[in-house]
Amino acid sequence: MIELQNIYKTYTVGQAKPINVVQNLSLTIYKNDFAVIVGANGSGKSTLLNLISGNVQPNSGKVFINDTDVTKLPDYKRSSTIARVFQNPFSGTAADLSILDNFRLAALRTQSKTLKIGVNQNFKNKVAQQIEQLGMGLENKLAQPMGSLSGGQRQALTLLMAVMDDLKILLLDEPTAALDPRSAEKVMRMAKKITQQYQLCTVLITHNLKDAFTYGNRIIQMAEGEIVKDLDLELKTKLTQNEIYSWFS
Amino acid sequence: MDFYLSAILQGLCLSAMAFGIFISMKIFNIPDISTDGTYTLGGVISGFYISQSYNGFAIVGLVILGGALAGAITGIIHTKLKVNALLAGILVMTALYSINLSILGQSNLPLLNFDILFTVINLFQNPTYNTFLIVFTIILILLMSLTYVLKSDFGLAMRATGNNQIMIRALGVNTDTMKIIGLAIANSLTALSGYLMTLLQGFADINMGIGIVIVGLGSVMMGETLINFFNIKNITIVLLIVILGAIVFQLVLAFALSLGINPNLLKLITAAFVLLIVGLPRFISNKAE
Repeated sequence: MIELQNIYKTYTVGQAKPINVVQNLSLTIYKNDFAVIVGANGSGKSTLLNLISGNVQPNSGKVFINDTDVTKLPDYKRSSTIARVFQNPFSGTAADLSILDNFRLAALRTQSKTLKIGVNQNFKNKVAQQIEQLGMGLENKLAQPMGSLSGGQRQALTLLMAVMDDLKILLLDEPTAALDPRSAEKVMRMAKKITQQYQLCTVLITHNLKDAFTYGNRIIQMAEGEIVKDLDLELKTKLTQNEIYSWFS
Repeated sequence: MDFYLSAILQGLCLSAMAFGIFISMKIFNIPDISTDGTYTLGGVISGFYISQSYNGFAIVGLVILGGALAGAITGIIHTKLKVNALLAGILVMTALYSINLSILGQSNLPLLNFDILFTVINLFQNPTYNTFLIVFTIILILLMSLTYVLKSDFGLAMRATGNNQIMIRALGVNTDTMKIIGLAIANSLTALSGYLMTLLQGFADINMGIGIVIVGLGSVMMGETLINFFNIKNITIVLLIVILGAIVFQLVLAFALSLGINPNLLKLITAAFVLLIVGLPRFISNKAE
């Protein structure tokens, strides 16, 4: 469960006057929630996600994850519960490392990386089994460097890497923005499947209003650093795609 | 023959430093100029403590520790104070000059009268062969340890830190700490190189490290050409090629000397040679386009 309490975030660097990207924002996202966040550029969506992941620290207000105050924790210390998929498909994987090595690191997200050799036959089989469900034929190319794969393949693998280790929260930052329609759909479907299978608390940021309509059990609209609409499953089901479009006109 | 053998021997001694450059430059993407200082640091620590008749193992320990400390300081300046890596390296290198001079107490300390590591084994009549065997064994041990570390989970995290910080932070790694540890490892290897070279030459000199970072870079880059050309992924072979690079580098310099070139011009030749290694592949590929 994610809880944001009265968050203010202001950027001052390089600006003539301070810009309030997030103002008095309070939001609770529950377990099993698949919350979709929409909003124009500069509405504070990405900042919201970065506040949850710890990449951005608020000027005031508090962030709770599973009832623990994590406001002061840096991003790498929140990885014990949070996994992220980034807008840039190349951000979620290390290009020079093999698929297998990337998965090894993902499997240690909540643990310390010791001087143990972790990549063995057993682990290889486990990864191959996971990757097989993508149906991309990548299970036979585990030794290939990540950099040789396409953006769509890397994004799908990033998503799969998220569930290699225990997680409670999945943050999806426009994960399909840079992908072709087919890869995009594959990634979104898998996100949905994972959320249900592992009973996650998923937050998706998207500019794709069709995705916003299709996925999730809750839709939140942000504008100028504030939440302007927050519809739960019941209201979201009644929503039509055209209505969502009308929010942006 | 002995002339070229001693060049190979020097190359072997310097390959520890080349490993260090490989870690800082190729794994972490940090150009660590402090190498010049830490190499000398290794030399002067060994020089001073050998002259004080300290235990051989203790000296190796001190050399590694000294190098690690210097590397960690570069890392802390770079990551915690957000100082550009080049500047951080230059700062540490400059500071080390005074420290090295204080440790050694003089600008040059000959060690010819002291019983040192290279005379431990006496399998061959020719002492150079014995030295070769010892240095070879040490480098082999370093190679195997480094291979192990780079294949371990920790090593993977190290490689990912240099490759994609966003990703590895999201996977729970403190990249600042990782860089500090990485530079500490790199510089302890460099200091070890200075130690080996001091034993080989039989003296420690305050200026022994000048331009050594270029030798390391040249060795690694020469190796890199091969690595890219053959698309080598196996980390053991990559490290072997780094050793090969260090040796070939010294052989080229030895060859230049044997042609009768003034030894004063050696650094100039070194720089020109590195420029050739760096520039030639680009020059060729530019022409091809």
